[in-house]
Amino acid sequence: MTLHTRLKTAALAAGIALAALSLPAFTRQALADEQHFPLQSYRVGPYAAGGTGFFGGFIDYLNLINTRDGGVNGVKLTWSEAETQYEVERGVEAYERLKSHQGIAAWNPLSVGIAYAMIDRITADKVPLITINHGRTDSTDGRVFPYVFPLLLNPYSETSGIVNYIASKEGGLEKLKGKKIVVLYHGSPYGKETIPIYELLAQKYGFTLQQIEVPHPGNEQQSQWLTIRRAKPDYVVLRGWGVMNPVALKTAAKTGFPVDHIIGNVWSNSEEDVIPAGEAAKGYTAITTQASGADYPVVKEIVKTLYDQGKGNLEDKKRIGSVYHNLGIVNGILNVEAIRIAQAKFGKRTLTGDEVRWGFEHLQLDPARVEALGAKDLFHSINVTWDNHEGNGYVTFQQWDGTKWKVVSDWIAPDWALLRPIIEKSSEAYAAEKGIKLRTAADAEGVTN
Amino acid sequence: MTVAASETTASLLPASPLAPAVIKAAPLALLLVVAYGVIPFIGDSYLFEAILLPFLALSLAGVGLNLLTGYAGQVSLGSAAFMAVGAFAAYNFHLRVEGLPLAVAILLGGVSAAAIGLIFGLPSLRLRGFYLAVSTLAAQFFVQWVLTKFSWFSNQSASGVIDAPPLTLFGLTFEGGAGRYLFALVVVTVLTFLAARLVQSETGRNFIAVRDNETAARIIGIPVLRTKLLAFALSSFIIGVAGALWAFAYLRTVEPAGFNLDRSFQILFIVIIGGLASLRGAFFGAALIVVFPLILSRLGSLLLGDVFDSGVLDMTQRIVLGALIILFLILEPDGLVALWDRLRRRLQPGSRPA
Repeated sequence: MTLHTRLKTAALAAGIALAALSLPAFTRQALADEQHFPLQSYRVGPYAAGGTGFFGGFIDYLNLINTRDGGVNGVKLTWSEAETQYEVERGVEAYERLKSHQGIAAWNPLSVGIAYAMIDRITADKVPLITINHGRTDSTDGRVFPYVFPLLLNPYSETSGIVNYIASKEGGLEKLKGKKIVVLYHGSPYGKETIPIYELLAQKYGFTLQQIEVPHPGNEQQSQWLTIRRAKPDYVVLRGWGVMNPVALKTAAKTGFPVDHIIGNVWSNSEEDVIPAGEAAKGYTAITTQASGADYPVVKEIVKTLYDQGKGNLEDKKRIGSVYHNLGIVNGILNVEAIRIAQAKFGKRTLTGDEVRWGFEHLQLDPARVEALGAKDLFHSINVTWDNHEGNGYVTFQQWDGTKWKVVSDWIAPDWALLRPIIEKSSEAYAAEKGIKLRTAADAEGVTN
Repeated sequence: MTVAASETTASLLPASPLAPAVIKAAPLALLLVVAYGVIPFIGDSYLFEAILLPFLALSLAGVGLNLLTGYAGQVSLGSAAFMAVGAFAAYNFHLRVEGLPLAVAILLGGVSAAAIGLIFGLPSLRLRGFYLAVSTLAAQFFVQWVLTKFSWFSNQSASGVIDAPPLTLFGLTFEGGAGRYLFALVVVTVLTFLAARLVQSETGRNFIAVRDNETAARIIGIPVLRTKLLAFALSSFIIGVAGALWAFAYLRTVEPAGFNLDRSFQILFIVIIGGLASLRGAFFGAALIVVFPLILSRLGSLLLGDVFDSGVLDMTQRIVLGALIILFLILEPDGLVALWDRLRRRLQPGSRPA
């Protein structure tokens, strides 16, 4: 017994000492001229498919730039990962753990919940927070949120794009009158973000709307789809995430709702959402900002430079060019180009977070530049300014044919003019509540080190 | 952190060898001096934001649940729900009542949690053990559903997320990691002190009597029903305040899903691992639950980070943590606090030889 206790005490003491020793190793200084990306990734848990694909693509692109170009103008790109499992507390812990690294370019948590918790913190740190294709909609307003960038597509633009697409299938916006649309949304901050904008568009275009929540993570939806069957809507918009999507498609098939009248949103548009649903997914259509497929020059180069050398980040090579992987690559392009643009102004060296923020606020990639980057048709273009942090991304629609996604529409522009006043109303209310002074163009040009 | 002498009598554990009161009070005083006088000046933001703030909030929730489960013997799986009630009620009181000091709002948040706790404690009058645990699950699901369903509770915020107000107490604003840590520390110290007084009092002895033998307690004239409801109310009050700390001092933002069943289990494990019927146990348990996964995760990524990706490491850490908890509970079923007491008895002068 005595020996027992002594052993336990010794083990405990050793554990504590080891932990204490390991702490300082993490605060090691960065080498000269590197730009760092702290990644709050999630490779396990219910959303692992999205996490591994997106962070895999992002890391692959950073790796490509390092291997092929030797970094951005000689500045190496580095990254470190901490697992969050899409949980806010773990995301905050990861932020605190990773933030002491030198030369942080931007944060990319890929989680609305974590992003919300970080807004105050990164604003104090003056480091950009990128929420590509998601995030807090009113952070589009750069006057109020200087460091938050819902790049390419904020949730309201996505909603507008989906409603416009349904209208085009029905033969024009005026034909929406009297139609019935059900929105099936994920019970999380991400899922709820679009509730008010759907209601507003329903009033504007005169369609009947019913919004139904699926509690996180969404692996049981029998009652929701029975409600839908009773409601007999013309369309169902699937605003899902992770395991919720294949379950929705399978349950729809079981309850007899036609799959070609289900429109998926931008987080319900991946191979991982449809393949597990099997036959039930055939004919399902979803919105996207970046096409899937491995035929784009940039994806081919990633395969040649990384995967053929055994240096790729995805474990399963079949996922190269999947929707999430390509989104990660596009996210990599946007981050790297923001650094490149900022370097042109501030010098080819490690930039501060605020300098990278300036770069994002001048992130203007027209279709010609996108083509030069090897991403023609992968995504359309982006045009970020100091007060428009979304950058007017275009969307397209793709249909699942049972083996791959097929693009079924042109690049469509959401109705930005309609959305901007709503966004400003919300962001101005936030500014008033928080006592934030609205930024001007001149403020945005000023950069602190 | 709490008065050690009170617990040994209250928890009916074998009393430790008599030692002068000074020696007994010294470790606690030293701890408080370090917590208030040293840590705020030397800690960095990682220590405050990632370790101490969640530790304090969960410790307080553990103290609350320990009153109910450890002392009064009523198992509850609804702790996260009471935390949510505390956080959202405090948020709404602060938002909707003009000029209400934050401290009062948090207090009212605790009172709201106590009221809800009282309602969901009513089944305890008829149910015991596992059946009661299942009925408190109802609180867990009901509260989360209400907070999600009615966006009034989150001030019509589109995503259902609330933003925490700045922390003020008696005109002082607590900003930054160190400030919020001090705020949380003050709240935790005061409530733990009150809880320690409570378990020493007649009410505390009634709790224990009801836990140990309900029939006997009724025969010697203890009002069993009132005692049980009181335990539910007081425990929920403390857990509610802990919820407000979790939302306002630690995360600075919160959504209803942040207070899910996992959190309830986490608090229950804190109480069990730390030691039932011991207020110190809640702190030990919270320290283990908060800090240990972080140490594992850091060690893992330091030693093996280049070999495996973070997902594999995370899975491995869960397995290691689970195995250690099982091992630990087999070796020391009375919790960390028992281990600590053994260690201290050995180190104290004049104690019996080991």
